[in-house]
Amino acid sequence: MKRGFNERTKKLREESIKTQPFISIERAKLYTEAYKKYEGCVSTPILRALSFKYFMENRSLCINNGELIVGEKSEKPQGAPSFPELCCHTLKDFDVMDSREKISFKVSKDARKIQEDEIIPYWKDKSIRKKIFDYMSDDWIDCYENGIFTEFMEQRAPGHTVADGKIYKKGFLDFKKDIQREIDNLDYINDKDAYDKLNQLEAMKISCDAIIIYGKRYAKYARELAENETDEKRKKELLLIAKNCDIVPANSPKNYHQALQMYWFVHIGVTTELNIWDAFSPGRLDQHLIPFYRNDMEDGIINDKKARELLECLWIKFNNQPAPPKVGITLKESGTYTDFANINTGGITPDGFNGVNEVSYLILDTMDEMKLLQPSSNVQISRKTPKNFLKRACEISKKGWGQPAFYNTDAVIQEMLNASKSIEDAREGGVSGCVETGAFGKEAFILTGYLNIPKILEITLNNGYDKVSKKQLGIKTKDPREFKSFDELFEAFKKQLHHFIDIKIKGNNIIESIYSKHMPAPFMSTIISDCITKGKDYNAGGARYNTNYIQGVGIGTITDSLASIKYNIYDNNKFSLDELLKAIDDNFEGHRQILNIVKNKTPKYGNDNNYVDKIMKDIFDAFYLEVTDRPNIKGGKYRINMLPTTCHVYFGSVMTASANGRLAYKPTSEGISPEKGADTNGPTSVIKSASKMDHLKTGGTLLNQKFTPSVVSGDEGLENMASFIKAYFTMDGHHIQFNVIDKETLIDAQNNPDEYNDLIVRVAGYSDHFNNLDKALQDEIIQRTEQSF
Amino acid sequence: MKKAIIMNIQKFCVHDGPGIRTTIFFKGCPLSCIWCHNPESQSFNKEIMFNYEKCNKCGECIKRCKSKALSIKKDNIHYDSSLCNFCENCIDFCINNARNLVGKLFSVSKLMKEIEKDMIFYEESGGGVTLSGGEAMEQIDFIKDLVKQCKHKGISVAIDTCGYTSFQNFENIFNYVDTFLYDIKLINSNKHKKYVGVYNELILKNLRKLSDKGANIHLRLPLIEPVNTSDDDIYNLLDYLKDINISKINLLPYHKIGSHKYKKLNIKYDFNSMKKPSDKRLEEIKSLFKNNNYNVKIGG
Repeated sequence: MKRGFNERTKKLREESIKTQPFISIERAKLYTEAYKKYEGCVSTPILRALSFKYFMENRSLCINNGELIVGEKSEKPQGAPSFPELCCHTLKDFDVMDSREKISFKVSKDARKIQEDEIIPYWKDKSIRKKIFDYMSDDWIDCYENGIFTEFMEQRAPGHTVADGKIYKKGFLDFKKDIQREIDNLDYINDKDAYDKLNQLEAMKISCDAIIIYGKRYAKYARELAENETDEKRKKELLLIAKNCDIVPANSPKNYHQALQMYWFVHIGVTTELNIWDAFSPGRLDQHLIPFYRNDMEDGIINDKKARELLECLWIKFNNQPAPPKVGITLKESGTYTDFANINTGGITPDGFNGVNEVSYLILDTMDEMKLLQPSSNVQISRKTPKNFLKRACEISKKGWGQPAFYNTDAVIQEMLNASKSIEDAREGGVSGCVETGAFGKEAFILTGYLNIPKILEITLNNGYDKVSKKQLGIKTKDPREFKSFDELFEAFKKQLHHFIDIKIKGNNIIESIYSKHMPAPFMSTIISDCITKGKDYNAGGARYNTNYIQGVGIGTITDSLASIKYNIYDNNKFSLDELLKAIDDNFEGHRQILNIVKNKTPKYGNDNNYVDKIMKDIFDAFYLEVTDRPNIKGGKYRINMLPTTCHVYFGSVMTASANGRLAYKPTSEGISPEKGADTNGPTSVIKSASKMDHLKTGGTLLNQKFTPSVVSGDEGLENMASFIKAYFTMDGHHIQFNVIDKETLIDAQNNPDEYNDLIVRVAGYSDHFNNLDKALQDEIIQRTEQSF
Repeated sequence: MKKAIIMNIQKFCVHDGPGIRTTIFFKGCPLSCIWCHNPESQSFNKEIMFNYEKCNKCGECIKRCKSKALSIKKDNIHYDSSLCNFCENCIDFCINNARNLVGKLFSVSKLMKEIEKDMIFYEESGGGVTLSGGEAMEQIDFIKDLVKQCKHKGISVAIDTCGYTSFQNFENIFNYVDTFLYDIKLINSNKHKKYVGVYNELILKNLRKLSDKGANIHLRLPLIEPVNTSDDDIYNLLDYLKDINISKINLLPYHKIGSHKYKKLNIKYDFNSMKKPSDKRLEEIKSLFKNNNYNVKIGG
């Protein structure tokens, strides 16, 4: 079925999802030309700004047939520009991207040739990636290569920021005036940084010109197309596009349509200036659009149909932009085309009122109709959110494709207050990427890398030695067989944790310094407070708030592993640590009795069992205390969050077996979810366990929950789903998302029963663990599940 | 200390009464319905269920059994329940997890602790605890204390009952119970005796008395062909219900999902003699109730 509100969006969506992503070499080519022209003649910020301007002046324009919002990251949809100044791909990289089975990017012969002749010779010794690896210490490289942690900035620039409302109130001519005012006020007598500030501010001014030129070029191009257009209706639309581009981005938008076009130009600017993690996002789109929507409705120039059609056009624009191609470990930690633009809907207003408005519902309708992975759409649920809105969101979520995700606005705000943000900034903030908390338009909240927490236990159990890489990655904390108590083991784990966090942060500080010196982002800085007033770049601490995150992965796996050791060895003497370590070394082969005990007869996280949940809390606290409030180089602080993207699969692949019965090289647990199959007590127990973690001390946690369709069927089911979410949020849970258990899941469960101990199925008035049913009955249920869709 | 034998505590139940609930399955039942889908709920004693499909006959359980209740007979593991003292060794050491124990003893305070764990969900959803079984009313001394404590803590209580108990027992808990989920199997007493094992006069009388006392009653009607789905069955039932206050009726079509449990308990089960009514017939029955102004739903 073709999805879309009308023929236009059906057609555009179809083109978007059917087009194969490809590498666009245009940006690399133009940036190389610009660098050759300007490098050495001007300061670094100005070099970056002039290159951005050169790109905006010379890049191809694209107006897809039928579309109403214009601008692509490359010359056409699904093109991924490359950023050789950050990561100069080798020809082999290109060949791998071109041919790999998943997340492939086609590379044309021309692109390959340009890469070979022009890009590689210029950039191969100059890229940021090269600089980073040159400066990293041996222990950092060892940890990085062997899966202790990942590094977000080794081939993508720091970003993780989101737009606030200022781009709907000011155009780039206005921003230029703000910048000029700061330049005029520079105090060269008393301010030792005045010259640096001048360069930063001049660079920002140039990037304003760049985006204005880009808009003007689109206005001209649309008029040219209109002139040759024979279809009268399309001719009018092209002229409307031209008119919109006359206004934005130079000036503030005057209506709803222009507001969307304004955002989209900014999005293209930010995501082609650098390949930032994650893309970029309009943040509280419903609240930004509502004044335009209401005005236009009053003036009769828009109706709900038109408003929805334009939202769908924006959704398709997002989906036209695959995430920058990744290679190596960074591909493994985030193997997806999704670029994590995450639109926050609902929540509360900066002055503290319920933020749900007419556009919020239009956004839900759009997300439901478009069913696209990009942009990710979430709903923000606060105490003030009307139940009707929550239920509408549940109605979409129970269709089972993971959107919208649900976020607890009240918790998100408290997390930000706990990180010393003002209440207004906190309320206008929200989440971006997966679940990361930040103050929109005012904060650089940088993810710096995933941390493999269960691997650190594995290394502790081997006296600092990594049996997979055969290297002494950790410190020597004693042969664990000599530990007299569980507490002694836990202390050793904490020492190892400290050791690895030190290595990670040392590396981070160098990497961030490299970016701040060599890779300023003057365009992005223009729209993030307070870069202009500070005269400082985003990458150097110009934002009002500067937070670095380290993301913990595998809390379920490590909790169950430590619980297994405490329960079976220290508390119940079921076997010795030596026996367990031998079983782990043998990947439990020939140790079925021990495997069965640790896997099936030991308390597990996710069952509302205080014995285990306390261990989870202790691990969380150790991680929290180790990281939180360490200073970063931007004058901000480190914080933690708990999310995995696809990194739990990679982290598991570099690990031996675990004390909880997880076999070698299998994925670790993800987010704050229990280990696969460990939660046998139903979903309420999972969220009770999960909420024993102090979410308010984090910058975001991620919880996946699955359910069978019958649980949420009918209006009662919807009410129960809403209550379930509210109960989790009352306990300060940060985020929850739902996956439906479909036929495929059940078939997989039939074939891999060990991984599905938690799967409960319900038919008529009776539930049972799926694993308990014999095959014929399982088949019957599989059949019924298919019927219910 | 009063203790109850509990078969299972199931969290996040959304079909046994309003909202999100915790359902406590008490073990032991005075009835023995031939279609029972929880055969392990009938006996008041602990039982060991054995999943023959998972067993690879390694013999570990026989080695570990201290009371010689297990042996090899005809190439199969044989279990003599009369010898078993439920030491659970055979369960702990079964590497295939083919055995499990049904029936655990709980004191009121221990059970309350479990129930209170999901308090926040009851509050958000208007849910509570459902006492089911087996037949909860059979363990009335325990239930009396339990429902009082629930009321005291503000937890709403529903009782899922077959109604086969002295009315005095209902009197004793009446003020502490918000909803009665009342099962009616058959209106014809002789047929009732044939399929369920007892006559139904007591059950029907109790239903009327509960209604007279003003109880909030949800009727639950299992529908099994050819047992109780004829026009006669339904019309007679409707006739009986005429002056009884029912707030909701759930039609529960027969299913065979419990049949594997019979094998695990080594009980013969003649499931070919019964079947689920056709969807068409279910709709017909539903509309019969609907036409008599009942709030009726197929399913729990």
